[in-house]
Amino acid sequence: MLLTKKRALALSAILATSALALTGCSGAGGAKQDVTLTLATVSNPQMKDMEELKGEFESANPSIKVNFVQMEEGDLRAAVTADVASGAGQYDIVTVGAYEVPQWGANGWLQDLTPALKADATYDVEDILPPVRDALSVDGKQYAVPFYGESSILMYNKEMLAAAGVTISNNPTWQEVATAAQAVKDQGIADSGICLRGKPGWGDLFAPLTTVVQTFGGSWYDMDWNAQVNSPEFTEAVTFYKDLLANAGQADPVSYSFTECLNLLQEGKTAMWYDASVAASILEDAKTSKVAGKMGYAHAPTYKTAESGWLWSWNLAVPESSKNKEAADKFVLWATSKDYQQLVGKTLGWTRVPPGARISTYEIPEYKEAAAAFAPITLEVMSSVNPSQPGVNPQPWVGIQYVTIPEFQDVGNQVAQLVADAIAGRISVADALNKGQEIAQKAGDAHKK
Amino acid sequence: MTTIVQKPGAQAVPPVGQAEKKKVRLSRSLILPALIFALVLTQIPFLVTIYFSMLNWNQLYPNEVGFNWFANYVTVFTGPDFLSSLGATVLITGSSVVLSLLFGLGFAILLDRKFPGQAIARTLLITPFLIMPAAAALIWKWSMLDANVGMVNFALTTLGLPPVAWNTDLPAVTIIMLLTWQFTPFMMLILLAGLQSQSKDVLEAASVDGSGPIRTFQWITLPHMRQYIEIATLLGSIMLLQVFDPIAIMTKGTGGTKTLSYLLYERAFIGLDVGQAAAFGVVTVFITILVATIALRTLFKVFMNGGDR
Repeated sequence: MLLTKKRALALSAILATSALALTGCSGAGGAKQDVTLTLATVSNPQMKDMEELKGEFESANPSIKVNFVQMEEGDLRAAVTADVASGAGQYDIVTVGAYEVPQWGANGWLQDLTPALKADATYDVEDILPPVRDALSVDGKQYAVPFYGESSILMYNKEMLAAAGVTISNNPTWQEVATAAQAVKDQGIADSGICLRGKPGWGDLFAPLTTVVQTFGGSWYDMDWNAQVNSPEFTEAVTFYKDLLANAGQADPVSYSFTECLNLLQEGKTAMWYDASVAASILEDAKTSKVAGKMGYAHAPTYKTAESGWLWSWNLAVPESSKNKEAADKFVLWATSKDYQQLVGKTLGWTRVPPGARISTYEIPEYKEAAAAFAPITLEVMSSVNPSQPGVNPQPWVGIQYVTIPEFQDVGNQVAQLVADAIAGRISVADALNKGQEIAQKAGDAHKK
Repeated sequence: MTTIVQKPGAQAVPPVGQAEKKKVRLSRSLILPALIFALVLTQIPFLVTIYFSMLNWNQLYPNEVGFNWFANYVTVFTGPDFLSSLGATVLITGSSVVLSLLFGLGFAILLDRKFPGQAIARTLLITPFLIMPAAAALIWKWSMLDANVGMVNFALTTLGLPPVAWNTDLPAVTIIMLLTWQFTPFMMLILLAGLQSQSKDVLEAASVDGSGPIRTFQWITLPHMRQYIEIATLLGSIMLLQVFDPIAIMTKGTGGTKTLSYLLYERAFIGLDVGQAAAFGVVTVFITILVATIALRTLFKVFMNGGDR
């Protein structure tokens, strides 16, 4: 599989360069050189909307053509990493997750966009949600601009909680949530009181679990990159998560991640769900969701910190290896501008405006109306999280539900498998985390100064 | 066996005359490009994999790529992953092969007689093998084993039994169950062919001599079926060794389901460690070759005996 992929990459690189050479030749004779930009992106609905609307950009900039290459998240990560790291220059614009931006920026793989963003007066860079901007900057240099972003919130079925005689405040604690979940389950109002991700994977189980660890006072690493995985706080958090799942959670937790929990809540088989804020827009879609209009939303549950939501964004960046940086910058700024949001709203519908990137999105009257149920809470949570120090103690990286070191995918994945074994009761939480500590320490050692 | 019969025949007619020789040379040279192509396509990637396995190449650190000779193999053999993974592979492949073979034999015996609707029954029984592995895993994950809406748990609760959290509590059993379901038709087809090639005269003679169905099966059918069972085991093992989809979709390698092929995927696409993944790949290939050679040798003997019989 590796080989064919590599070969395909090489082949497409050759094709792309020859295509570039050809367009370069044909353009040389004309007054202005034509440019074809290649954009690598993840195949999410918002990105497909962008491709649908690229014609607007092309007619405003007749000398620039934009080619979209859509891929699954995993494939994108592999293809873009290979291209950007080797400096092959196949892509002029890349879609990069918040996890990679600071790493790649620090490696010198991405162009510093700060000057370009400041130069454009109408762009209003201050309008980008500050926590998102922080997560994309290293030493004051911003390496990417957010296309859309999300945090994590608690979603609950108001009718079920009322039937159980419990309420959830706007800033609930985990204890409050556990009590409510238990009440729902004990009174038989739903099969389970809460749905939480249990599927092993750094982006599955450990996205919500890391935020729980942080609000319980734990962390993956301390300031000197000593792993903290078997610390009392980390252990307490994982034990709490495991117990909550066992007492009031969904059956067969290891099978459950975002999609599975979404189904469960939509079918009315569980009362609460702690997950990505983007889920709210799906739950409120009256056409597909049985619980539309019945849902309440609250901040991520906390314990020792004031906030506990995570922070994720899909961003556009220009690799240093791109040969058309000027044109690429132009497109990146266009796709993340206020005008683009208006364009999406007017041509495709207001619920399809990419959320969680700009403050002004939440001031558009039409958007406010279309997304009344979840827009205010999303903005509230996204502006209040702190990616520089999400937990109780300071951390040597910027980011909430991940650690911005290259090894984290692997570490998070292996520890998630151990925690899944603990959730299933095959090993104890302490044993799982002691093994996890070793795995995490090996990665941490590589970053000690 | 047909090849064994044909080969001497082909040798018995050597090319005569200059024109014939020319013709042979021409046809050989026409085949050459395809032969070279096939060799390049099948062997170069393996050689490249061996080369990769001697590199320190983590995609996350592209500036540190270099030779480290056998360091990756040292990691493979001294790390905690390899042995447990080998154990999981043996357990999952072994149990799935044995179970699907037993079920396959049962269904083949049932199908090896005339009854109304036989064709329909056969088609229905083959279906699981025709479904794409990823689709089959999704069907099992959602429709069959889901703890809330799955049919299996629904059936269990209807019978008054407690529902089972399949992927959480019994991951290895879940995977073996799915693979058995999927590979039973394959075994059934091979064994059915074997049953149908049985001479009816012999069976009739046995029944005339007063042998009951069980004794006939044990002393006549089973010896006849041995070679079919062996080839089914060999082919099934080779296919099941590479199984990946249900593990990636259902258990994600937890609870003793991290087979070598899934471990390989994890090292390559999550760890992004090309060198280590290639080393795991090379080791897996050698193990497969080893097992297959031993199995093939015994099989070959069976073919010889079959010829004698």
